[in-house]
Amino acid sequence: MNGSGRGASVLLTDLEKRFDRTNAVDGVSLDIHSGEFLTLLGPSGSGKTTTLMMIAGFETPTAGDIAIDGTSVVAMPPYRRNIGMVFQSYALFPHLTVADNIGFPLKQRGVPKAERAKLVAEALELVHLPGYGSRYPRQLSGGQQQRVAVARAVVFKPRLLLMDEPLGALDKQLRENLQLEMRRLHADLGITFIYVTHDQEEALTMSDRIAVMNDGKVAQIGRPEDLYDRPTSRFVAGFIGESNFLPAIVRGLEDDVVVAECEGAIIRALSPGKPAPGEKVMLTTRPERLRFADTALNPNIAQNRLSVTVTEAVFAGERCRYMLQAGDGTAMVLKEPSSAAIRRRSVGERAEIAWSVADTILV
Amino acid sequence: MTRDWSRAPPAMMPLLLVAPLVVFMLAFYALPVVAMLMRSVSDPVWSVANYAALPEDVVFLKTFSNTFYTSLIVTVATLLMAYPVALALVRAPRWAPLILVLILLPFWTSVLVRSYAWMVLMGRHGLINEALTAAGLLERPLRILNTPLATQIAMTHILLPYMILPIANALRQIDPSLLRASSGLGAPPWRTFMQVTLPLSMPGVAAGVLLVFVLALGFYITPAMVGGPREITLSMLIAQQVDHLNWAYAATLSAVLLATSLALIGICYRLPGVGNAFRMNVR
Amino acid sequence: MMATRLLPATVVGLILLFLVLPIVVVMVVSFSSATYLTFPPPAFGLKWYEAYFSSADWLRPTWLSIWVAAVVVVLSTVLGTLAALGISRLPNALRVVVAGLVLSPLIVPGIVVAIGIYYAFSRYGLVGSPIGLILAHTCLSVPFVVTSVSASLAGIDPRLGHAALSLGATPRATFFQVTLPLIRPGVLVGALFAFIHSFDELIVALFISGSGAVTLPRRMWDDLRFQIDPTIAAVSTLTIVLTAALMWGAHLLRKHAERQLTKMG
Repeated sequence: MNGSGRGASVLLTDLEKRFDRTNAVDGVSLDIHSGEFLTLLGPSGSGKTTTLMMIAGFETPTAGDIAIDGTSVVAMPPYRRNIGMVFQSYALFPHLTVADNIGFPLKQRGVPKAERAKLVAEALELVHLPGYGSRYPRQLSGGQQQRVAVARAVVFKPRLLLMDEPLGALDKQLRENLQLEMRRLHADLGITFIYVTHDQEEALTMSDRIAVMNDGKVAQIGRPEDLYDRPTSRFVAGFIGESNFLPAIVRGLEDDVVVAECEGAIIRALSPGKPAPGEKVMLTTRPERLRFADTALNPNIAQNRLSVTVTEAVFAGERCRYMLQAGDGTAMVLKEPSSAAIRRRSVGERAEIAWSVADTILV
Repeated sequence: MTRDWSRAPPAMMPLLLVAPLVVFMLAFYALPVVAMLMRSVSDPVWSVANYAALPEDVVFLKTFSNTFYTSLIVTVATLLMAYPVALALVRAPRWAPLILVLILLPFWTSVLVRSYAWMVLMGRHGLINEALTAAGLLERPLRILNTPLATQIAMTHILLPYMILPIANALRQIDPSLLRASSGLGAPPWRTFMQVTLPLSMPGVAAGVLLVFVLALGFYITPAMVGGPREITLSMLIAQQVDHLNWAYAATLSAVLLATSLALIGICYRLPGVGNAFRMNVR
Repeated sequence: MMATRLLPATVVGLILLFLVLPIVVVMVVSFSSATYLTFPPPAFGLKWYEAYFSSADWLRPTWLSIWVAAVVVVLSTVLGTLAALGISRLPNALRVVVAGLVLSPLIVPGIVVAIGIYYAFSRYGLVGSPIGLILAHTCLSVPFVVTSVSASLAGIDPRLGHAALSLGATPRATFFQVTLPLIRPGVLVGALFAFIHSFDELIVALFISGSGAVTLPRRMWDDLRFQIDPTIAAVSTLTIVLTAALMWGAHLLRKHAERQLTKMG
């Protein structure tokens, strides 16, 4: 292993992949740090899997470069890249036992038999499946197959692990358990993970950083909380979590705060740029950050206020969910933690809502 | 470092893999057949005279119509017999393994052995005659062997599995909830059959009909063994002409037989659903 | 209610009887003690099996058929498996042409193939020689290998190949350690079909086996032209049993392979 830690660094520069006429990947540049857990998140067709396939070496870029630890790998066949990979349906070899599946990469590297057996046992230990070596993949449950696939992908100590929707085929409960296990594995191994998923919750739970992809491009990259609190585009705000969108007209600027008019009210919002007065903009805010103005609010935080009518009220156990209508028709969602102490609103009721300026973003 | 990454050379690999077989089959199968067929236009001189003579060739017309007629009879007979069996195979799961064995055992037996079996059955002292005489229905043995009927019976027997299997395939693909829906909506069983099962099994029926008809057109061994001496098939006529070293005529007849088979397959392959149903392993 | 269930069952039963009866009759006749063909046999015995096993005229063609079929299996399995691997990766237009050529023996009428081969082989001096039979039978048997191997290949998850490469296996190692073991049942099934097809083949043999390479079906055919003695019933019974055993083996192999693949994912 070289000096840059146990994990590989990966640098994608203006990566492009054209199929016939469409650009599946259209100029992706990413700097993935050593030991990082990076998730490529996006809807199907956004280019995330194609990007992963190019890093693995199964697709050749039309243009651009992929460098691992500073060395370009585009001309290197996949079997020389020394990258671990976990596939969507696990891709375990049905004709080999679990032990032979996990030993497969070691065999390719000429590891002697005795050494191989020891490493396989260690890998099974790592994924909590000791003693399963002599079984065949078809004798395992989906979750167990997934663990074997992970063990096989890390047994040869790669410095980079690629995962293509590895939990996609599992049910929700199991998926949540395995998400935690992946995090633990990442911490234990200390190697770089690149993880592809279309499930935003999964991405938020597991990743150090998320690159949101759309139409073959990286729409935004950042830590989960940055993406959630500070989306830079309507796409990101809509794709990650639930968002309210308020059309507004810019009236002025106060330092880095935009003052805008929306449904007859003045709304203040944080903005990455400096829009000109009179410009039509879109403001976004999260449903769980809205409150009815007559419930307790911190008076020290700058608030936006808006008059609304309740159009739908749903009690969902841990929280209440209200559909609201502001002014002449902008629909909004408000989520309030449920409490016997808070009065539930009824449909048709007029109310005032309030939320923090820090939770209002111009996108 | 940005450049267009050109395709790697492994594009040649598939060609190298198929080349040995293609060369082998061209040398020992395709070119021999084509060379033989060429005699139809090159013998005695380069012309289409051999084909032009066919419409007035009484022997050809009689043989061709007899072959077509036999195939038609056999196709209808197999269809009528195959449908109930296919239905039982799909709808009576408890009996399906037994039914399958009873279909496959004759299916796997060679055409020669099955034709021989019919010689045994239909001979003057065969099972059929002995049974009918013993039952007092006949006074003296009936002549069945070496008649067109013998050919039709034996061919129906040999081709029956080719009709059953595609129909059973199509029936198996019918969603059982459709049948429940139909009877749930108050349709009596025969109406469900006529309006749901039968129409949905048509791709299998079409595939079976096509398969049986085309195979029947080319039959040689069975009609030669059990059939009548006068009602010969196209294949038998071709073999006779080769025995007489009349290559030009044999090649012309072969071309007609081949073209008829290919044309039928070409037409039916375009019918919706038939292409898929046809992709079963035929033997 | 009884009638509506009983009638169809009887019809199906009679049709199934029609299917198996001839085969059963042949088997019964083979154990006949009569010196001529009659049914039912007056008494039973192994007379005709003895006649078969003690006659060089029967055993010689049997051995010829077996070893011709054995060589055909080797040739058609090797050529057919390689071709199946190539066909799936050919560009579309070329694939249609190659598959058309390779699978055409399934639909071209037997007599056309037979006289075509006879026409050409008599010029190459391949008539009356086992080599001619081997070459011809290989062409006719190869479609069974190609269809069987192609079906196996189509059933393999393409990600398995990617997985092997990502784990450090070269394309060569991927082929020998992953692809080949996975298509092995398909190859074996194809080989069994090829054996049976060659062993049973008659039409081509009628034209090209001459007097120097008489196969078992050819010998049976010749015999039937002159007499129908129950030796043929004994031979038929033996081939029925052999074929059924081989086909049953193929059937089990295919079931096994399906189970292995479908349980995944």
